[in-house]
Amino acid sequence: MGMVSNPASEAECIRRILAGERHLFHELIRPCERPIYFLLSSLLRNDTEAEDAAQETVIKVFRNLHLFRGDSQFRTWVLSIARNEGLGRLRKNETRREDSLDALTDGEAGDFTPAILTSWREVPTETLERQELGSLLRKAIEALPEIYRNVVLLRDIEEMDVRETAAVLGISEGAVKVRLHRARALLQRDLAPKLKAFAPKRGKLFGWAR
Amino acid sequence: MKIDCKHVWQHISAYIDGDVDAVLRAEIDRHLETCEICSAVLDSTRNVVVLMADDRVFELPAGFSDRLHARLDHDLALNEGS
Repeated sequence: MGMVSNPASEAECIRRILAGERHLFHELIRPCERPIYFLLSSLLRNDTEAEDAAQETVIKVFRNLHLFRGDSQFRTWVLSIARNEGLGRLRKNETRREDSLDALTDGEAGDFTPAILTSWREVPTETLERQELGSLLRKAIEALPEIYRNVVLLRDIEEMDVRETAAVLGISEGAVKVRLHRARALLQRDLAPKLKAFAPKRGKLFGWAR
Repeated sequence: MKIDCKHVWQHISAYIDGDVDAVLRAEIDRHLETCEICSAVLDSTRNVVVLMADDRVFELPAGFSDRLHARLDHDLALNEGS
């Protein structure tokens, strides 16, 4: 697996697949599976359709591999294909969708005031063993407007950098930062008051405003 | 220059990402020393960011990878002759 982990050997892997070693494609695409699925799931908001679109994306990547120029990261290129697949399906389903793709633009005002708390006790990641916490986080992300949801997904969940996120979504790096900021503010406001129940109880409770 | 809470909130995301210049960072740090509200806002936002990055929050559906690779195998076989 080390073979496909750095860019030079990824290029080598692609060259060999194109030269006929098709089975290598399984390993090439494996690291992209997670972001492909979650990007599509964030766009389509339907697990079954996201999985179908993810499979379709991977087939398209395979069929178009000869078109990959190597001037961007392979993963960035793959995720652009995934996004196009998702957008194509959304256009077809337009009537079923309640929030149109351009319902919210960057210029639009919104209330990004955080939840005001007077103290915060950290919720440790071990708490994620509890199903309810994960489901609370997923619901909060699903409730975000689409333009914020995608950015959070790529930046904070898949931990991509600003540059790659901008490339995948076809927006400027500045827009990525603005959207991420707003998304985190919306998530903090939604989640902070609920997360307090998951903070470890030690000593006496601090006063939670709100 | 003294900055107020609203100003701090505007830069919280950039602050968490280490994407503020040294002068602004120092201003924010000074504000945080005395403002428990902004400290709690910062800590809770950072906590949310850390929790979201955990792979347990978003897990692929069971069998997703197997089904994907099976479909891929099918497609690779179809294309074998081309």
